[in-house]
Formats: sequence, C-alpha cells, structure tokens
Amino acid sequence: MRQVYLDHLSATPLLQEAFEAMKPFFMEAYGNASSLHQHGLRVRDALASARTQVAALINAESADDIFFASCGTEAVNLAVKGVAYANRRRGTHIVWSEVEHPAVMNSLEFLEKEGFTNTKVPVDPMGRVQVDKLREVITDKTTLICVQLANHDIGTIQPVAEIGRIAAEKGIPLFVDANSSAGWLPIDVQQMGASLMSLSPHRFYGPKGVGVLYRNRRARLVSILHGGVQEGGRRAGTENVPAIIGAGVAAEFALRDLDARATHAARLQRRLWDGLKSRIPFIKLNGPEPGPDRICNNINISTEFIEGEGQLLLLDVHGIAVASGSSCVSKSLKISHVLAAIGLDHALAQGNLILTLGKDNTDDDMDYVVAQFALIVEKLRGMSPMWEEFQRGIIDSVIAPTGRGKSFSEHAASISGKASH
Amino acid sequence: MSDTYSLYNKTVMDHFMNPRNMGDIPDADGIGEVGAAACGDIMKMSLKVENGRITDARFKTFGCGSAIASSSMATELIKGRTLEEALSFSNQEVVDALGGLPPVKIHCSVLAEEALKAALEDYVKRHPEAAKAAPSAEATLSTVAS
Repeated sequence: MRQVYLDHLSATPLLQEAFEAMKPFFMEAYGNASSLHQHGLRVRDALASARTQVAALINAESADDIFFASCGTEAVNLAVKGVAYANRRRGTHIVWSEVEHPAVMNSLEFLEKEGFTNTKVPVDPMGRVQVDKLREVITDKTTLICVQLANHDIGTIQPVAEIGRIAAEKGIPLFVDANSSAGWLPIDVQQMGASLMSLSPHRFYGPKGVGVLYRNRRARLVSILHGGVQEGGRRAGTENVPAIIGAGVAAEFALRDLDARATHAARLQRRLWDGLKSRIPFIKLNGPEPGPDRICNNINISTEFIEGEGQLLLLDVHGIAVASGSSCVSKSLKISHVLAAIGLDHALAQGNLILTLGKDNTDDDMDYVVAQFALIVEKLRGMSPMWEEFQRGIIDSVIAPTGRGKSFSEHAASISGKASH
Repeated sequence: MSDTYSLYNKTVMDHFMNPRNMGDIPDADGIGEVGAAACGDIMKMSLKVENGRITDARFKTFGCGSAIASSSMATELIKGRTLEEALSFSNQEVVDALGGLPPVKIHCSVLAEEALKAALEDYVKRHPEAAKAAPSAEATLSTVAS
C-alpha cells in the first residue's frame, strides 16, 4: 500500500546528512562541552559550528545570539518567561495574538499567576493578526510582544515585519515563534525586527530533542532553568550534543534548499487543494488561499457533516498520515483554539483535518490522497445523521447554505445535554 | 513498518471500520437523537419494537471512531431485549463489550446509552398503551423525560 505522510508539522524524517553528522557524537565524541580537556573542546567546537549554521538560516547578527534548548516549547518558555522576569521592574504587561501556539498561551497563563498581565490581540477571519489593534493595546508597561511567523494550524503568514516596526518604534522586544514555519519560509530576523525567535528543528528535517532560541542583545533575558552556565548562562543543563549537531546540519540544508523545497511544497499544496475541492462537495479551506499569505506546506480543511477523527483513522488505514483540530482528537475535548479564533462554526471545526506537506511528497501522493479521501468522506457521510438531515432539509449547510432548515449549531444545541438518567 | 499500531483495541476498530446496524429503520417505532455537550458528537438511534421486545435497532453517528463503535455495539447489545431490560441498559455494557475505551472516550458510550433512552422515550410517547402495559417502564421513562 502507498504510504503518504502528510503530518510534517508534527515531525519530519531526519535528513540523512544530519544523521551521519550526529553519529560520532553518541559513542566517539561523547565529551561534555563544559569540560576543558580534548573530549570537551572537540564537542565545544562542534556546537559552535551548529550555532553558526542555525544563525545563517535566520540571518542572525551573531552566532552568539543562538541558544540551544531541549525543544521548541522550551525555547518559547525561555523567551516569554525569560524576558518577562528580566524586565519585571520596568513592566509586567505582554501583548500576544489569540492564535499563538499553546506554548505561548500557557506560558502567559502561568505568568498571570505570577502577577503578570497580558492582552490578546484578535485576528481576522483568515487568522491574520490585526496590527492596528495590536498597536492600540501596547502600554508603557508592555515589555514583550509575541507573534508567530505563520500559524501552526491554518498556515496564515503573519505581518511580522509590520509588527516589528511597531516594536522598534516603541522600544519593546518582539518575540517571533517560528517553530512551525522555519525551514519553509525565508527568514531574516534583522529585517523583520525580531529580538527573539524560536525554531523547532524537527520541523525541517532535524532531530527531536532540540529547540533553538535566537535572542539579540537588545532583549534582556534571564534563565528559567537554574543550574550551570551552559549556553551563555541562558540555559542551564548539559547540551543534547548529537541533536544540536543534527539541527545545525538540518539548518544548513534548509537554507540551501529553501527555494526548491518551498516551490515544490507550494505546487503540491495547490494540486491537493484543487483536487479536494473539485472532488468533494461541502469542503472548506481554513485560512488564506494558497499563495503569498499562506505557508507553502499547510492545507487545513473542514469537511461538512462528518467528524475529523474518523477521517483521520480511515486515512491512516489507507496509509495516509494527517492531523486534526477536532475536539474528538484533543485530549481536552475542545476544538483547536485557532479555529475558534477565526470564528469557524463548531460543526466545521469538528470536521477539521490538517495536512502538512514535505519535500519527499509527490504529485502522485496528492492524487492518491484526493481519491482515497473522496471515498472516506462518502463512507462517513453515509453514517452521519447530519448528512441525512441536510438531505431532508432539516439542517442547512454552513459552507454552501441552501436556505432550508436550521443551522447545525441550533440543531445540535436543541438535542444536546439532554438528561438521560 | 511491519507492525500495525492502533489507537483503539481490535474490537473498537472492527466496529468502527465495519459498523453493525448502521442506517435507519423506515417504519421505526421510536427514534432518538442526542448530542454530546462535551464534544459536539451527535448520535441517532432507531428502534423497531414488537410485543414489548426490541426486534431491530439501527444507528447513525456524527462523531469519532469510538462514538461510531459505541453506537454500533449498543445496537448489537440491545436487539432482542424487552423494553424493561432496555431501560436498565448502561453505558458500562458498551464499554465492557468493546473491551474498554480510553478514559477520554468513555463519554462516547454514555452518548450511545442516551441515544437509546431517547429512542425508548420516543417509543413510549408514540405508544402510550405500551407504557400502561409496563408501568415500571412508564415510571422510569418519566424520570428520563424530566
């Protein structure tokens, strides 16, 4: 059976070259980078190379601005909490967008308990941060602005350069979360005015177990892990050396191959979405159309009258790996907060799938996915009371309203929460 | 990969992939449709009742794999039971028959129980004489309705 992996946002395969570069650092070059002997110095040199490779990917001023952490989430925690604590005497207010990743959202929720405040900036129906509103909520107590480069769920590219200009004007550091997008978009931290940026190498063919925080000297940052003075005192703890080496090589290839990968992914993205919308009625793309406003490797769809987990499981049975923002997939039984933020009807959020493309996907893969998905939708709609009730005019479509019947949400509310015992 | 991994156990996957009793009963004696406030899933159950006994049960479900499997299993379990037996039906029977569900998915089996109870309630509304013939059923169902 054909295997089509369309969950590159969750993890990419490791680049062969990265794997080869990592190998000596398990059994041969096992030293600790903090040691002063040959074993340590060799590793220290290797880490410095990785720092340079990662700095180049985002055009950082200096390799000294690159800090390695254990994952993208830790890099985000370090950025948000590290800047918040460092500036506590100056101010305790943080501005962020309502579509940020849970790493940002939950770090800020934690900081609330510590006495910090924050203001959430709304997005438009495409998921784009409303820059005017962002400007309005900045106060003289604001010490950090957090905005992602592109949305992890729906692929919206955010107006970070515009926000960077506001940040520069107000003298407030801008943290850009590029965890889901680095390797797929050209990044120049200097041009976009980012003082901090997080990267997640396992999204661009690097290994898991490593995250990156870029921080330039304009942003004060304190460590949130307390221990030794690794990573310039900004991140205590022995470095995951093999993973960092792999991240460096992955970053070098991501920069070298960026145009080719992005062009390839964009072509597949267009083919996939065109195929899906021509074959499947009552399907909607969430976020901007493929093009300059959307990251090249993300397709986020809602297929009406059916739920996402069932779609995901049946695709998996046919060798196709995808993700979903449906409440049935989340452990909290809540739909993706991004889908809620763009005002997506709950019924459509339930029918959500996230397909993220990679460099090794092919045109044939896209055609296979479209063909299999069309059959799966038909099967699940055949089982769905909502599809039948739509046919009978009892409920209406959200995507293509016919003017007959109640909305799905009204119908669901009228039969939900009924006491049964 | 030589092995196949599964989110749910084999029984649950089987009932999801090959659901039993999926569909509608054209001349159903009772139909119940319920939604889960927790997650937004919707389940519909149709019953055919003859001489106080459920002779056929079918379902349609808008929901995840375990919701589909739960409704499939519930219809299997309920067929052949008397109305009174059906009234004491519990979601735990579905969970047990499926060989267990992940904790976060137990509510799917509750939804199946609720869909069944809603269908029984609808049956009694349509057939008040049946409720009179089985007074304990009427008593239970009036608490269901309240």
